[in-house]
Amino acid sequence: MLDLEFMRLAFAAGAIVGVVAPVVGFFLVQRQMSLIGDGIGHVAFAGVAAGYLIGVSPVWTALAAAIIGAVGIEWLRAHKQAAGDQALALVFYTGIAGGVVLISAAGALNANLFSYLFGSILTVTRRDLFTIALLGLGSLVVVAVLLRALLAVSIDEEGARVAGLPVPVLNAVISMLAALTIGISMRIVGILLIAALMVLPVIAAQRIAWSLRSTMGLSIVVGLASVLAGLTVSYYGDLPPGGTIVLAATGFFLASSATELIRARL
Amino acid sequence: MPLAVEFAQVEFGYLPGQPVLHDVDLQIEAGEFVALAGPNGGGKTTLLRLTLGLERPTRGDVRLFGEPADSFRDRAGLGYLAQRTNLGVQAPATVREVVAAGRCARKPFGRFARSDDDAIEEAIERVGLGELRNRPLTRLSGGQQQRAFIAKALAAEPRLLALDEPTTGVDVESQEALAELLARLHRELGVTILYVSHEFGAIEHVVERLVLVRERIVFDGSPAALPELWHDPSHAHA
Repeated sequence: MLDLEFMRLAFAAGAIVGVVAPVVGFFLVQRQMSLIGDGIGHVAFAGVAAGYLIGVSPVWTALAAAIIGAVGIEWLRAHKQAAGDQALALVFYTGIAGGVVLISAAGALNANLFSYLFGSILTVTRRDLFTIALLGLGSLVVVAVLLRALLAVSIDEEGARVAGLPVPVLNAVISMLAALTIGISMRIVGILLIAALMVLPVIAAQRIAWSLRSTMGLSIVVGLASVLAGLTVSYYGDLPPGGTIVLAATGFFLASSATELIRARL
Repeated sequence: MPLAVEFAQVEFGYLPGQPVLHDVDLQIEAGEFVALAGPNGGGKTTLLRLTLGLERPTRGDVRLFGEPADSFRDRAGLGYLAQRTNLGVQAPATVREVVAAGRCARKPFGRFARSDDDAIEEAIERVGLGELRNRPLTRLSGGQQQRAFIAKALAAEPRLLALDEPTTGVDVESQEALAELLARLHRELGVTILYVSHEFGAIEHVVERLVLVRERIVFDGSPAALPELWHDPSHAHA
């Protein structure tokens, strides 16, 4: 399998995504914003459609749309124009509706679109890998630098506000990182399933973890293992990698839930 | 030395024309231990939020250590325990991780220095959770969780410790223990403490001063001056 260059590229890109997605997802889950990735993903779908319509690479238009969606959700939340879930619903439905209209106008309802929605192991190029590595590493550096402040806001947002931490800025950073993660993951997992890779490893990990630090560490292990297992199954089964990766993550979640249950009874 | 807290002719409402606080004049000296009490909806939490600069008065002036509360600069010097006992996170945060989040106010970025680690450990020891520092909060009792949050507020070595309904959901025994703990911290650290609660039976023997709030300040003095009305502050202005 690894004799083939496209598989080596897919595994390399997948490994980066498998680490970055749960690290960013950790903060979304703690803020009870697990579905924000879904909302941003659907705006990214409109971005893909816009790319087809205007003849620009859908990767870049999707990334731009994801960032606009993230900023929109955070603005609505911060300015109390809508509750968190309502802001999400507004962006979610607008994104999918805009995507459908634009994709239809571009006449691009084809198999290539399918690869953006659910991922493909054939589509990662060397140039993609370079972009994914650069943005992925950048995201990890931002999290490492802001880690303590981001944790403080997650643990007690009001307390962090009283203590003078720049809470709106830190919240916006997390939303922007979610948008970036969606941008770099769409070739492997697809924009409709990437949110699952941000959330499932974290909720699997926190069932068996013993601290915040161990939750983040185990989330990375589960995310990475899900991507590697999912890509392998995708190759041998000729299946969309987005689906196999997310189902692998679901398997890890079920295994950690069973472990938690057994531990509680011992 | 400036007053720790100063309200001058303060009025505040969340909606126009519907004030929840009016004509509030209040001065609290640095180092005082004050209970802000009153019925639910009487405005005591709003008064605390104004003190911390989380809200701006509709009219009047709120000052914190001599500066306008909403632009107070040494915000790391404000220890705050919000009106809830639950963690913001769903993951299993340990006592040390929660307390370290409090120190973040002093050093939000980069590695903690030795002095930061010492402050965290000292705060944990002060509330008597040294043995449990690596245990997730979800595996502690309600009273122990409250102590962890107080340690979080102490980790930044605050000048003012503000507690909003700290005994909600905590049994009577833990309420008594919390009162003793606060009295000891007040004695040892000399920190100004504002304790907001509609149930203040447990704290009555440790505070120096009681302020009853029902849209305005209806009593301000020693708790001993109001023994017969102790459990029903709404009668204080009758």
